[in-house]
Amino acid sequence: MYKQTVRRRRAVLAVLIALCLILLTAYFGESSGGVLHSVQRGALSVLAPIQEGASRAVKPARDLVGWVGDAFGAKGERDSLRKENVVLRRQVAALDNADRQNRQLAGLLAIDKAAEIADLAPVTARVIGRSPTIWYSTLNIDKGSSAGIAVNQAVVSADGLVGRVSAVTSGASQVTLLTDQSSGVSAKVIARPDRLAQDRIGSLGLVKPSIGKPSDLVVDFLPRGIKVVLGDRVVTAGTQSDALESLFPPGIPIGLVSAVDATELDLYQRVHLRPFATLRQLDFVQVLTGGPKTAPGKRAQVGP
Amino acid sequence: MKLPAMLLVRLGLLALLSVIIETAAISEISVFGTSADITPLVVVAVALLLGAVPGALMGFVMGLLVDTMLLQTMGVSALVLTAIGYTVGRYREVRDPANTLTPVVIGVIATAASTLGFGLVEFLLGVDVPFNLLLVRDVFIMMVVNGVLALPVFIIVRWVLAPYLPDDPRRRRRRAYTTGGLSPLSRS
Repeated sequence: MYKQTVRRRRAVLAVLIALCLILLTAYFGESSGGVLHSVQRGALSVLAPIQEGASRAVKPARDLVGWVGDAFGAKGERDSLRKENVVLRRQVAALDNADRQNRQLAGLLAIDKAAEIADLAPVTARVIGRSPTIWYSTLNIDKGSSAGIAVNQAVVSADGLVGRVSAVTSGASQVTLLTDQSSGVSAKVIARPDRLAQDRIGSLGLVKPSIGKPSDLVVDFLPRGIKVVLGDRVVTAGTQSDALESLFPPGIPIGLVSAVDATELDLYQRVHLRPFATLRQLDFVQVLTGGPKTAPGKRAQVGP
Repeated sequence: MKLPAMLLVRLGLLALLSVIIETAAISEISVFGTSADITPLVVVAVALLLGAVPGALMGFVMGLLVDTMLLQTMGVSALVLTAIGYTVGRYREVRDPANTLTPVVIGVIATAASTLGFGLVEFLLGVDVPFNLLLVRDVFIMMVVNGVLALPVFIIVRWVLAPYLPDDPRRRRRRAYTTGGLSPLSRS
């Protein structure tokens, strides 16, 4: 009797492990349109409404916990925001002036304005789930292909770039955040208004996550000749060539430079930035369904 | 060894609810940049209460649900949680731990095993897995947070499964004393 129990127990374990390995092998071997991927998407479509309902139901409790956490850092944040506000007021004045000049010059050269978010057919979606593992930074939203969402479309919040769509079902999608290890965004550093004269074309880099620090991003491959200082802004670089089109429209804010690594030996410099979007506390996001590929009329064009 | 149908239904609902609550609520709450993960805690609780086979089954089902809901590689979480469920269940069957804090200690160890095991399987599959000291810090924070949640999760799981649990001799003895009927003092 005892031997039979032991045999049965071991058999159950062997069957479960074999099933896991078969699933792993099959999932890894098939394309994204394969049976297991389809089953996974179908199951997510079914479970997404339940997940959305649960997300709404527990929001008050989640907010309460978030409020308690926020209260600890509120005083320090208030002081830093006051300082930032003073700087921003000066920047707004300078930018108003620059914008007026820019419009006049663009009119002279017949150059279209860079696409605004509103022109990129944004679809607002609610965040319904998030990956708990530290190895991935993804979240699920409650809109999918039926709302016009497709893989690789840019996702933004009210503050700035959030990430891109990495998988889509009919009623839900998965968003890979900027802080995911697989993320990379071509970006441009824009000098502060008091240094606009030093802003040079070519200050392009690649925004990558800083592994293990969710509130920190890194801009890599910035040419050493470009002087970057604290407070400079980083925005998406957008389309640079027709052959290798960027997934992200140009000019979407990503973050503010928070530190500069002064390494003498490297060919490129590396700067750290604090993302504008609070990636750990997102309730709603917007998916830009009319991205660079679908809005050719909005690209910069030089008139005849 | 055969599990009652109603127990399987309860286990299934418990798995589904746990994964939904985890992905929709708990993972949204940031603690020093990371968040709690109750999935290994639920598997540990089931394994400690019911043994190796139900523990492994619970791990498998919860792992599949996690992989499905997060569009991850199917089978990775299932493999890791199955191994955790079986190992903890065997520990319970062989050693029969009686300490109240057993779920906390095993929950903390299972959290570390689940996080590192997930990374290891992904690495073996050829997925680029980043690793540095800050991640070690994140794993440590997650272990601490899960350690705090382990006992409440264990109590909730025990409450859900109470009608199907084998009668605990310690509990039976306590009940007998309070009712008076079987107390040695009442006989004297």
